[in-house]
Amino acid sequence: MSRETVLHKVRTALGRSVGQPIEEPPPVRLRIPEIDIEVRIASFRTRIEALAGKTHAARSVEDALEYTTGIIAGRIAVASNAPILRECGITALPGVRTGVTDRDELRALCAAAAVGITGADYALADTGTLVLLSSRREARMISLLPPVYIAVVKRECLLTGLDELLAVLPRPAEQTSSMVLITGPSRTADIEQILVRGVHGPGEIHVVVV
Amino acid sequence: MSTLFDEKIHDTLADPKLQLAIYKATGRLIEERRKAIEPDICPDYQELRTQANAVKRHTIEHLDYYLEEFARNVEAHGGKVIFCRDAEEVSDFVLSLAKERRAELIVKSKSMTTEEIDLNERLEHHHLESVETDLGEYIIQLAHERPYHIVAPALHKTREQVADLLTGKLGVPRETVIEKQTMIARAVLREKFLAADIGISGANFLVADSGAVVLVENEGNARLTTSAPKIHIAVAGIEKLIPRAQDLAVFLKLLGRSATGQWLTVYTSFLSGPRRKDEIDGPEEFYVVLLDNGRTKVLADREKRQSLYCIRCGACLNHCPVYRKIGGHSFPWVYSGPIGAILTPQFLGVRHEPGLPFASSLCGACAEVCPVKIDIPQILLDLRSEVKKAETREGTNRLERLAFRVWAWVMRHPRIYEVAGMAAAALAPSGDGGWVRSVPVSAGPLRAWLSQRDLPSVAPKSFRQMWRER
Amino acid sequence: MAARVSLFVTCIVDQLFPKVGMAVVDVLERLGYQVHFPEQQTCCGQPAFNSGYREEARQVARHFLKVFSDADYIVVPSGSCTSMITHHFSDIFKKEPESLEQARAIESRVFEFSRFLLGVAKVEDVGARLEQVVTYHDSCHALRELGVKDGPRRLLGHVRGLELREMDAAEECCGFGGTFSVKFPEVSGGMARTKIDSIVRTGVSTVVSVDSSCLMQLQGALSRAGLPVRTMHLAEVLASR
Repeated sequence: MSRETVLHKVRTALGRSVGQPIEEPPPVRLRIPEIDIEVRIASFRTRIEALAGKTHAARSVEDALEYTTGIIAGRIAVASNAPILRECGITALPGVRTGVTDRDELRALCAAAAVGITGADYALADTGTLVLLSSRREARMISLLPPVYIAVVKRECLLTGLDELLAVLPRPAEQTSSMVLITGPSRTADIEQILVRGVHGPGEIHVVVV
Repeated sequence: MSTLFDEKIHDTLADPKLQLAIYKATGRLIEERRKAIEPDICPDYQELRTQANAVKRHTIEHLDYYLEEFARNVEAHGGKVIFCRDAEEVSDFVLSLAKERRAELIVKSKSMTTEEIDLNERLEHHHLESVETDLGEYIIQLAHERPYHIVAPALHKTREQVADLLTGKLGVPRETVIEKQTMIARAVLREKFLAADIGISGANFLVADSGAVVLVENEGNARLTTSAPKIHIAVAGIEKLIPRAQDLAVFLKLLGRSATGQWLTVYTSFLSGPRRKDEIDGPEEFYVVLLDNGRTKVLADREKRQSLYCIRCGACLNHCPVYRKIGGHSFPWVYSGPIGAILTPQFLGVRHEPGLPFASSLCGACAEVCPVKIDIPQILLDLRSEVKKAETREGTNRLERLAFRVWAWVMRHPRIYEVAGMAAAALAPSGDGGWVRSVPVSAGPLRAWLSQRDLPSVAPKSFRQMWRER
Repeated sequence: MAARVSLFVTCIVDQLFPKVGMAVVDVLERLGYQVHFPEQQTCCGQPAFNSGYREEARQVARHFLKVFSDADYIVVPSGSCTSMITHHFSDIFKKEPESLEQARAIESRVFEFSRFLLGVAKVEDVGARLEQVVTYHDSCHALRELGVKDGPRRLLGHVRGLELREMDAAEECCGFGGTFSVKFPEVSGGMARTKIDSIVRTGVSTVVSVDSSCLMQLQGALSRAGLPVRTMHLAEVLASR
């Protein structure tokens, strides 16, 4: 198409020639503090709750299961194929559909479900953020379509923040077509600056730390 | 002589409800940003700005290299890159793809770049339905208006106006409760997401080393736009590039805080290519449209190419005392506020709206808050000089030019300056306590000054006279 | 032997607010300085520069350099005129190496009044007395180009009998902006009115600033609104006994 035209204009504007090497970019700046895991968990929960999300520190997988069962409250739920959900027994709950790998089937399920349940690949303590990489274990729609969202996070996945995430995962594109950072429930203040939750994504989120 | 620009400004200033809406909305964003960058919350804020400026400078100075690296990586992950010179090439591409795929319905997430090229209008002209899914953008699409603000497109709309729009355009019973209005839009748009053939997004950042598109949002509509339909097209200006995924540590931290005071927005998506083989959902096709549309012209100006560092946070709008009075719709183009004031003349030419670079007191608040340290006041000064050079060439605005020539001549001749001062002191009315409310004959600058405030009278003795008499 | 300073009084002070100039002289002489007033001085060129007339600004700036080339210290009762010289002369003379050199040389010798007191004279207490409740307006050029923020407040803090109250939005522009005030009068007037609302809410009787152009804009708006608040230049406050 117009690739060569545009690139040529760019080079001309900059006085550069084809294939001309570049100077070194400014070094990457990542600041990773040393923070104890318990402090990380506390910070993670505080941040999520400040955004009107709910959190639960599960003492055991049974405790995680009990909490999750309470939230589902007998409604239709879709769970991803994250191993942690099976370990907690969540995928075995009645009314929880899981193991779906067909795109259209999953989408219809998510559109009808009241609750979506996923694991998380990482979590960020300083901002209360969940990190989900799209894969055969995690589909995009589960954390997006149903109005209630539950994420079950293993303690070991909790990083200090975005800087540490990018240190641990400098090239997300090598792993997945979609990495999403989720920080709290969906919201907008587009009309008269009044806050409304649950515009398109889930308006209610629960994060269970196991 | 009043231009369209002057008239729009006047109309906005004459609307007290609108003035209040603008002031409150920007005031809230100012306060949220302030809280998010407080020294104990964000101690390295100034350092981040310095780093962001340095990374943007480097990227822009080597833009060809990074464009090529980006394209290679997009293609390595199964996506396609389309370079477009202008608006028409973008719509041609979308239309031909839509035709090939027999697409009828498009959902869009918020993108100032697509507003810049009037993409929706072009698509609708060819009978494609293209629906904005960001709540604010959806509202202004129903109203057939331009965004009022880079981050808050419907900032100027009251709930009553929104109620009118929803009833008028959708036929729903009138609803003035904001939460319910939002749910109405949510229901309508959900259907669109699930039925759409193509999802078009913008891009907050393009990551060269990953071939990735980064999108930040709070609603979830960008995620749905880029995950539900089988085709995802991201449209972005060529200047959106950053070199490495790891640079996001700096840019994401600055963008959220500068725009709305959020440490991170609710959703940040890092998308590279169509869905991988073992992924369950995601688009089958992934296109990134890289748009020039005048950016290479800006790039060619060594002093002003920093205008391209902009990450579209809107902080300059919020802090600009002029924007807070005249609002977004007074501006002649899709970009408003201080960034709009420097981009518009560079993209559309200084003659498009010659008054625009002068609609600033050069207070510098914009430069102070810009996360990537664009020196907006300096660029405005350069543009002012360019406007005057154009006027000299064309022989317009002769009276003003003559006035400044005379002024400069007087200022180079101290004795004449002194005599002029004494004449003014003799002729000037003494006023009440040295302040004058009106003069019998006034025109031009004198009339303009007196329309708003009292004028100090020329002092009976100048400083230099008092100095000599000591 | 007393140190010598040259006064660049600025055209607006010379013609409209000469008492401000006398106040600067008064304060400097009390501190033991010998004040020199080069009579050939006129203007720094800012009005032309801000209006886009670079050639005219250059002519006037050249005259300034000629008049002040020998001065060791140049004191200026204005933030915007100071920053014109220290920050923008190099723009104006980009293509004139000789003038550029002169401009660069003079940059470090030009001081806005409050910065001279604190940075060169190294005094915070000039022995002033003024029984007033005042608020301080941060002039934009002084604040953002010269970093003048705490200085004037510290100087005011030592004035006997003075109470300083902060207004919200002390850092918001008054709306003067040179020719902006007459090219976009409604916006400029609107900005002034927003500012005086903030001033009135503090309940003070006086607004203080380091720039006479801001004070002219604010006083003009206060006067038009029939409000009794007056304006004083920092120098006038510090010269009060």
